[in-house]
Amino acid sequence: MRYTLSLVAVLAFIWLANSGHYTPLLLTFGLLSIALVVFLARRMGLVDRESQPLHLSMSLPGYYWWLFCKIVQSNLEVASCVWRGRQSIHPASARLETKLQTDLGRVLYANSITLTPGTVAVELEGDEILVHALNAGGLEELRRGEMENRVRALEE
Amino acid sequence: MLTATMIALLVVMALALVRALLGPSVYDRVLAANVFGTKTVLLIAVICFTLGRPEYLDIALVYALINFVSVIGVLRYFEFRSAQGGEALND
Amino acid sequence: MIDPVLAVLSGLALALGCFFMLSGAVGLLRFPDFYTRMHAAGVTDTLATFLIVGGLMLLAGWSLALLKLGLILLFIFFTSPTASHALARAAQHSELRLPEADRQREREAEPVVESEPERIAEADALNADRV
Repeated sequence: MRYTLSLVAVLAFIWLANSGHYTPLLLTFGLLSIALVVFLARRMGLVDRESQPLHLSMSLPGYYWWLFCKIVQSNLEVASCVWRGRQSIHPASARLETKLQTDLGRVLYANSITLTPGTVAVELEGDEILVHALNAGGLEELRRGEMENRVRALEE
Repeated sequence: MLTATMIALLVVMALALVRALLGPSVYDRVLAANVFGTKTVLLIAVICFTLGRPEYLDIALVYALINFVSVIGVLRYFEFRSAQGGEALND
Repeated sequence: MIDPVLAVLSGLALALGCFFMLSGAVGLLRFPDFYTRMHAAGVTDTLATFLIVGGLMLLAGWSLALLKLGLILLFIFFTSPTASHALARAAQHSELRLPEADRQREREAEPVVESEPERIAEADALNADRV
């Protein structure tokens, strides 16, 4: 029930933010479409802990802030590599083992790797992630596991 | 500044088109098309501010959706091609 | 009508965004193989997009346009890793396979492998006459 309510809230927000016309007729259409989407999502079994990670809503903003700082930092690195030319890049790839248990945690981890420029998660199989990095240093940093530990803190 | 941003966006889109034409692999072309698409979204957003018409932002939003879906769709088509030819392996 | 401080800030954000976007595009042309080009495209997708949409948000002031720009930003941030992952995985199923992927379960020796430029160039050449 909690998840259904949060889905309704999200959908209502999207409708109100995008419509800009608050006449009774259009609001009724909005209500009808929200009802239809919620009905379909429930029928497909999509309304659950995984699609609406409410239990993370307290800890996720902190993680996103950390990730944002990380993204800015690695953007500067990649941009400087672009201007310094070919000899400044040393592409490397490796399979990294992950200790993350839940699917949600793994997806969050792989998405964070991809979102950070300089490293891309190519394949996620079982508990191994195939990562391609622009510089071998990027792989070393992932091995040190700061990002993984932060995601693991979210899992619990 | 808005005009300068618009020019920069157009230059970036032109460079992406050059990469799409040069290839050499299908994936480079899809990558360039993806970059072109996201830049189009930004271009529409900037245009709507230069013209002072916020309604155009809806077009940018819809374009972002279409761009994502089309990239995924094209990749579904190319993903399981074998090395020798256009034969689909499975799926 | 618009606060001059906000105008200057938004101009700054737009200028920085343009710089990062151009670096990404130049990287897209300059980098030697597909996977490295993907990193360059990542630069244009994350920070540059954030800076440009952020600059526009500062111009928009409190209005519906602000919310819509926020939705666009959120949407790009959610979809771009998905798109690049799909792209990388599709390339992985082709001739552009990373060397590491062939050694499935034996990674005791030396996990970091420098990707071989000749091999990729060869694959590129293979692709070039196919496409």
